[in-house]
Amino acid sequence: MIQIQGLVKSFGHTYALQGVDLEVAEGEFLTIVGPNGAGKTTLLRILATLLKPTSGLVRIAGLDMASGGTEIRRRIGFVSHRPLVYSNLTVEENLYFYGRIYDVHPLGERVDMLLNLVGLEGRRHSPARTLSRGMQQRLSLARAVIHEPSLMLLDEPYTGLDQQATKMLRRLLQTINPESRTVVMTTHNLERGLELCDRLAILSRGRIVHQSEKAPLTLTELQEIYWQCVEEKTD
Amino acid sequence: MSFWRKVLTIIWKDVVAELRTKEIFSSMFVFALLLIVIFNFSFDLRVEKVAEVVPGVLWVTFVFAGTLGLNRSLALEMEDACLDGLLLAPMERGTIYFGKMLGNLIFISITEALMLPIFSAVFDLNLIRPALLLTIFLGTSGFAAVGTLLSTMAVNTRAREVMLPVLLFPIILPVVISAVKLTTGILDGLPWDSLAPWLRFLVGFDIIFLVISYLTFDYVVQG
Amino acid sequence: MNRSFRPGDLLNWLSGLTMIAALYMVFLYAPTEATMGHLQRIFYFHVSSAWVGFFAFFVTLVASIAYLASRKRHWDIVSFSSAEIGITFTAMSVITGSIWAKSTWNAWWPWQQEPRLILVTILLLIYFSYLMLRAFLEDEEQRARFAAVYGIVAFASVPLTFWSVRWWQRLHPVIFERRGAHLSRAMLVTFLFCLFTFTILYFTLLLHRSRLAKLADEVEGLKRRLHSGGGS
Repeated sequence: MIQIQGLVKSFGHTYALQGVDLEVAEGEFLTIVGPNGAGKTTLLRILATLLKPTSGLVRIAGLDMASGGTEIRRRIGFVSHRPLVYSNLTVEENLYFYGRIYDVHPLGERVDMLLNLVGLEGRRHSPARTLSRGMQQRLSLARAVIHEPSLMLLDEPYTGLDQQATKMLRRLLQTINPESRTVVMTTHNLERGLELCDRLAILSRGRIVHQSEKAPLTLTELQEIYWQCVEEKTD
Repeated sequence: MSFWRKVLTIIWKDVVAELRTKEIFSSMFVFALLLIVIFNFSFDLRVEKVAEVVPGVLWVTFVFAGTLGLNRSLALEMEDACLDGLLLAPMERGTIYFGKMLGNLIFISITEALMLPIFSAVFDLNLIRPALLLTIFLGTSGFAAVGTLLSTMAVNTRAREVMLPVLLFPIILPVVISAVKLTTGILDGLPWDSLAPWLRFLVGFDIIFLVISYLTFDYVVQG
Repeated sequence: MNRSFRPGDLLNWLSGLTMIAALYMVFLYAPTEATMGHLQRIFYFHVSSAWVGFFAFFVTLVASIAYLASRKRHWDIVSFSSAEIGITFTAMSVITGSIWAKSTWNAWWPWQQEPRLILVTILLLIYFSYLMLRAFLEDEEQRARFAAVYGIVAFASVPLTFWSVRWWQRLHPVIFERRGAHLSRAMLVTFLFCLFTFTILYFTLLLHRSRLAKLADEVEGLKRRLHSGGGS
């Protein structure tokens, strides 16, 4: 689904990514953990076609980043810690708006289904700015999956959520992740990161410093590896 | 066809949000009213024939109020990183440019339409004439074309609100010059022949600015 | 000290020598103009500065397009170096023009008679805005990108302003005869040589300014690496 080779992204003199190699298979759930400033957000924004790589190869669903922008975007659902919904539009209007620019048909049914799924049908006509942080994030999730993307990109989706909202989001991530859907999630929270994933990668200072299958890992083991990877770099 | 449908969807979104809050619109309108009052006082004492300053006053008001509207419209897009939401959608960046540009054009035009009767009353001069309406529309189009591009840049800078006029005013000058000339000519009742070159200029400037802004917008929004 | 020859050396010498020659030609070789006297001699440097101003902004345009196409940092450096030089020379032409205007028309700012003055001033303003935009952007990559877009839009606006100002002038009667139409042979030679000299001077300055910016850029890069604990 995703192939990344030698990906470099620099902002002037700051190198956010310094040669990332990564592959994600179809249907896989990959979590990328790393400290703040490791380049997680940059990596995800490049995958979402919001940033252009400085150099290196990125292919999504066999499409090249440089030429297949529009086709790639059609396949991607992006959730960040910012909701990306218009605070002055109602819940329903937001979904209708995004549905239309994604060419979703039939839109009405899809919106009803999603509102039901994220439990916002009662707030259908409330402006998005009146929603709580957790509700906004649920709306954001509905927005991100409205066009049934085959690749979900989640950038720190738990930031700013309370316990209940976190629980709900976790359940939603499970329900929206049938066999066919590939997910890449970033987080700095190891526990959350480990919960749902199949595979785990550690990003530090713009490089993938560790990759492993989730199966044999426990949280304590992961913490050990994580601190080793991250700390030996900071020395 | 999908292109224009999406452009319309973006305009629809802006209009619905604006109808709910009236944020952009009310700030532009109130600001324009204040400008008229200030101009009226400052000219009332010294200027013999008020009609002579009307073209200048009219366009200064439109440009100032329009700048306010442009800033607000793009600031709303940045608020919850909504611009990212648009950029994620499967469409060419040009679609976003046209959507925002036409939305801005609509908002500024409505403000102008409401200002014209007030201008007419304050300066005791009939400003609601077809030729003048056309001039205002063309001038505003050029303004919105460059303004949408430059305000997208301005909202990303540290200075934000201050930056847009600094960037926009020197660039937009040819449009303002031709619009003021046309307005003066129309109010003076000049024959069509002497106005035609200015009208051609204005249309030409609009097209040039629109094309350049459309072509460069992509580079502004994508890092 | 055995120092290898650099292209900059050639430009340094060339601009120094041509400048001396140009000064000789302006003050000694060119004949004194009949009606305006010695004052007319300001014309040679005035027009040459204006030319370099325009040319520098054109280079900014070309470098801006090249930056957007290639995303190579050195194009950004060329772009703003040229804009800075352009502002300096345009300011010089405004000042010399103003001195000239004061002596011939007895006004520092006769924009009704000479609309080109407005044009040049607008040029200055546009490129001041260009530098201001750069100053208000922190992220180097974004700064280069936005400045490049502005460099393109700005240059497109220049001829449009020129046309509209020209047409404006047509509606106002031109009171004073525009000069420069009847140059004697010696005057023309002097004028062309001044243009050449200023163009050489422009390239010399551009080379040095870009080199300085490049060094500053490298220092900045080293500082960053030092701060980030020597990571790669």
